[in-house]
Amino acid sequence: MYGRRFSRRHLLRLGAGLAVAGMVGCGQESEEAPTPAARRGSGPPVRVGVLVPTSGVYAALGRDLLNGYNLYFEKAGFVAGGRPIELLVEDETADPNTALTRARKLIEADRVDIFTGVVSTSSAYAMRDLLHQSRTLSVITNAGGNDLTRSRKSPYIFRASFTSWQVSFPLGRWVAEELARRVVIIYADYGFGQESRAAFRESFVAAGGRVLDEIPYPLGNTDFSSVIDRIRAARPEAVYGFASGSDAVLFLRQFVQAGLRGRIALAVTGWTVEQDVLRSVGRDALDAYSSLYWAVTLDNAANRQFVEDYRRRYGELPSVFAVQAYDGARVIAEVLEAVKGDTSDPDALVRAAEALHFDSPRGTFEFDPVTHNVVQNIYLRQVREEGGQVVNVVVKDLGRLRDPG
Amino acid sequence: MEHLSALLNGLSYGMLLFLLGSGLSLVLGAGRFVNLAHGALYTLGGYVGFTVCNEWGNFWLGLLVGPALGAAVGLGMDWLLLRRLRGGGRELDQVLLTFGLALVMADATRAGWGGDIRSVGAPPPFHRPIEIGGFVYPSYPLVIIGVGVAVFVLLRLLLRRTRLGVAIRAAVGDGEMAQLAGVPTGAVLSLTFALGVALAALAGVVGLPRLALAPGRDFELLLLALVVVVMGGAGEIEGVLAASLLVGLTDALGKLYFPQFTAAMVSGLLAVVLVWRPEGLLGKRTP
Repeated sequence: MYGRRFSRRHLLRLGAGLAVAGMVGCGQESEEAPTPAARRGSGPPVRVGVLVPTSGVYAALGRDLLNGYNLYFEKAGFVAGGRPIELLVEDETADPNTALTRARKLIEADRVDIFTGVVSTSSAYAMRDLLHQSRTLSVITNAGGNDLTRSRKSPYIFRASFTSWQVSFPLGRWVAEELARRVVIIYADYGFGQESRAAFRESFVAAGGRVLDEIPYPLGNTDFSSVIDRIRAARPEAVYGFASGSDAVLFLRQFVQAGLRGRIALAVTGWTVEQDVLRSVGRDALDAYSSLYWAVTLDNAANRQFVEDYRRRYGELPSVFAVQAYDGARVIAEVLEAVKGDTSDPDALVRAAEALHFDSPRGTFEFDPVTHNVVQNIYLRQVREEGGQVVNVVVKDLGRLRDPG
Repeated sequence: MEHLSALLNGLSYGMLLFLLGSGLSLVLGAGRFVNLAHGALYTLGGYVGFTVCNEWGNFWLGLLVGPALGAAVGLGMDWLLLRRLRGGGRELDQVLLTFGLALVMADATRAGWGGDIRSVGAPPPFHRPIEIGGFVYPSYPLVIIGVGVAVFVLLRLLLRRTRLGVAIRAAVGDGEMAQLAGVPTGAVLSLTFALGVALAALAGVVGLPRLALAPGRDFELLLLALVVVVMGGAGEIEGVLAASLLVGLTDALGKLYFPQFTAAMVSGLLAVVLVWRPEGLLGKRTP
């Protein structure tokens, strides 16, 4: 990992960082996203409230989401259904209370026509009633806790991202059938981690697998040595895990430092080895298997175009979060096309969203009319080095997954 | 085997806390200065180390550049701002100023290095575990322990055997008296502050292969540094070492036996020490 070519990319990133800082610098107030000169639509703009974290631990994730939204809307000239589109961006932060306050501002003070974003599941639960009672068409582009489209579902909430179940359930069966019978599970000890663990365990045990140990660790962990000691003591063939962000980076680094790579296989949720993590750990993640609804190397026309456009616009490979926002933006644009720019009837917007069907970078995209969660294919991927870059390569299509609701 | 490896985990984590806490303790003890930007300075050192690692491909160079730059930043901060707020009775001003600085530095590092998670692998030959008999253990934590011991010995030599050390200790004991006795307190305090920042930056680089850098890490580490300084005592290098190792071992053994209660055990430890020895673990009772 040393001697990585750096100087030019680093400069570029420094420049991008400064630009982002400048954009975010104005702080809490909502601001219009940069729009290209050509604004062809007529009539008053459709106001789209975007709630993503621009500060705090999820800032990098929020940046990827904003990139995804902007990439799509720029391509559409910030026009859909004959009306210009205006984005009002607010900082979700990592705190559900703050997120709720900001969402309330967007909906009650700014009176946005459509709402989108939300990274944290806790924040999504906190604003569920607000979105439902205000009858605002809401396109959630990350928050994946199962219940948002199960027991707490609302006709006005559509989720363009995933549920924890969708990603981990198919992986469990594959691991038991193809990779390993004796597995240790590690997971971040909070809602999403617990749901992921349960989904994996369910299909893994049903397919004849044995769970040797289950190791929870606190979210935002700094030291994985004790987790790794327990893994070593259990002598599994493989480790299944949910970890994301810096947790994933630390776990993978320490897994390698402990000499376990190559002795114990990794079969993890896709986020544990997604682009944001790979940018940091590089070859330390090689060979890891994971399941997700997308991979940067996924071979379809829409994805090739997307990756190419993203690279040209932002100078790096997109992450899955950018895809989620890109699809979310497309949902919003296509709904506006379907109602010809008339946003007066929330139920008409809902019907239009239910009828959507398009080719996304992740494959065929559509919503389940019952739960309003996205129905999508889940792919088994493996981290490999291709053309000097460490990326996830699709190994197998695990089939089309509809959250049971 | 599990116990031995938990013990080593605890020691290496404790040594990292010592590197972090010793700088804060010196500044607090000698300068009576509450530096809440200490965590941000740790991350700054880490980011510098990260860049050196990637730019020149040499981790050990980062280990020199990081603290050197930290010392320079420390002198600059002290000369520009902090020296105006020195002395007892101005703690609230100091807290406000350094907390503000911490926020500014958090945003500045995010502007420079982005919000992405940054980490580097352990440098060769320490990227592989060592194996003795059936016992396998990653080797980098042993490097951390080694650096911690070396820094402790050097700090002790500095404080006990050099003129600067005597001056610092005099300032820790009684600043006004030291000044009356002809110690150039201002210069001593500036140097102490630079040393403290250099130690924070050193901890940032040393910790890089174990702890990733990400937004928010600065305040987590500030909290840990404050815990070991409060337990160990301001200006008490030995006390801070004892407190750091105690926290590190509590954390590691806690994770082994009561994984759910580790955080509570560390806070509980702090509470017990505060009640039992309010003057610091190895501190002498002052009348």
